[in-house]
Amino acid sequence: MGLAASAGVFLALIVLPVLAILDRAAAAGFLPSLPGSRTVVLQALRLSAWTSACALLVIVALGTPCAYLLARHPFRGRALVDSLIELPLVLPPTVAGIGLLMAFGRRGLLGPYLESLGITLPFTAAAVVLAQVFVAGPFYIRAARAGFEAVAPHLELVARTLGVSDWQVFWRVTVPLAAPSLLSGLTMAWARALGEFGATIMFAGSFPGRTQTMTVAIYAELERDLDGALAMAAILLGVSFALLALLRLALGRGRAVA
Amino acid sequence: MRKRSWIIALVVALLCTAAGCSAPPAHPEAAAGAPSAVRGEIVVFAAASLTDAFQDIGRAFEAAHPGTRVTFSFGGSSALRMQLEQGARADVFASANEAEMAKAESGGLLTGKPLIFARNRLVVIVPKDNPAHLKTLHDLAKPGVRLVTAADGVPIAAYTQDLLRRLSRDPQYGSDFVQRVNANVVSREQDVRQIVLKVSLGEADAAVAYATDVTPDVAGKVRTVEVPGAFNVLAAYPLAVLKTAPNPAGAEAFARFVLGPDGQSALKKWGFLPAPESSP
Repeated sequence: MGLAASAGVFLALIVLPVLAILDRAAAAGFLPSLPGSRTVVLQALRLSAWTSACALLVIVALGTPCAYLLARHPFRGRALVDSLIELPLVLPPTVAGIGLLMAFGRRGLLGPYLESLGITLPFTAAAVVLAQVFVAGPFYIRAARAGFEAVAPHLELVARTLGVSDWQVFWRVTVPLAAPSLLSGLTMAWARALGEFGATIMFAGSFPGRTQTMTVAIYAELERDLDGALAMAAILLGVSFALLALLRLALGRGRAVA
Repeated sequence: MRKRSWIIALVVALLCTAAGCSAPPAHPEAAAGAPSAVRGEIVVFAAASLTDAFQDIGRAFEAAHPGTRVTFSFGGSSALRMQLEQGARADVFASANEAEMAKAESGGLLTGKPLIFARNRLVVIVPKDNPAHLKTLHDLAKPGVRLVTAADGVPIAAYTQDLLRRLSRDPQYGSDFVQRVNANVVSREQDVRQIVLKVSLGEADAAVAYATDVTPDVAGKVRTVEVPGAFNVLAAYPLAVLKTAPNPAGAEAFARFVLGPDGQSALKKWGFLPAPESSP
């Protein structure tokens, strides 16, 4: 009884806010009637979609070799590299934002060099992407590394003895076998990138259509037009559900393969 | 017996801490010498630009009324008003413009009429090394200047637009001045202190802020470009006691204190202009 009751309380704690958002957003007709708010919602949706897609591309391009290296090649200091890569998982996003500003801001460590190349990052969509890569990347690397580790090395060895190049072994043996882990890592990273707020508002600021992602726009709209904020909250809720379903699918397939 | 008195002392101490009073409980009558039996916590929601002045006022108030504790929540006036509408518990609301206070009033959040307790001027701030080489207000419209302002509804954003519109009416700036300046905006922050932070970090080239935002702390990091008096917009700060104030006596006392000599001198010290004479 006690167990069921506490589980019930916890479930209510999670379900009630979700229901409340949907209820209020539905009452407001989902897309806000104010034309200004509608523009804000659509701009933020578009910006969130393409910046998080860019962030995922960067994460896969840079994170996959990194994860493979960590999984397959023991080297001195690997534990340290491991912890450093996982640091953003436990770092409060506002701290990440200050860090990005101090590193890549105009007065930051790399600021003068970037400036001399004609690159200014703060207050641009590139800053949004960078913030997302920073906070979401480790989710992918972590899962990808576990996936690569689970692929039995002798399978790769057998393939190599059959005269297949290293590159082909990676693509035709390792990646397909690790696919469920890669996919679940990608899903987690995407969810985290979409939800990014603290680092974005510090490093990229908030400008509709340029740096104002869904989460930042929700925060800004809350003060102006609650309906707009609710509409975006409902959309993000839907996306989150979809990502969760994708994750289940990926993990389910993982179990079937194992 | 001895043990019991210890327990009683402990309970009294705990109750005292919970109630937030710092004075010893031994002689509650001692406080009767103070203007009134005001005690307990007073929660004040105040515009971000009031941060320094109100913290001073809070300390002076606590010293004048032993047994009270003033707790502040500083933020954009629009955000604070929204939090109050959503049921946030507070005793006093101090806004950086009359528009947000009017919304709070029409929403039935206030008791009595709001009173203007201070005014403020606008200035343009640039980072100390002035990376965009701004010299006059004209330069705000130079292409490529990175300006920050606030989100719609935050008072400084409205005052900034007022100022730009006034400048646009002057032929030397040109009627498209407001559009040209707004095209340079790179971010809309949540309150004026965030704007000042971005400029003092050197990430933004310029911003319109309140004269009082250039505090001694900030003065070392920014340079000020004055706005000519003819164009300057005077920001008016109203304050009101909230209808759902958990501590109405404390709220009234704090409001009186802000409007009284102690409050006014603290506001003056931080660069605010006095309340208009007509205000009681």
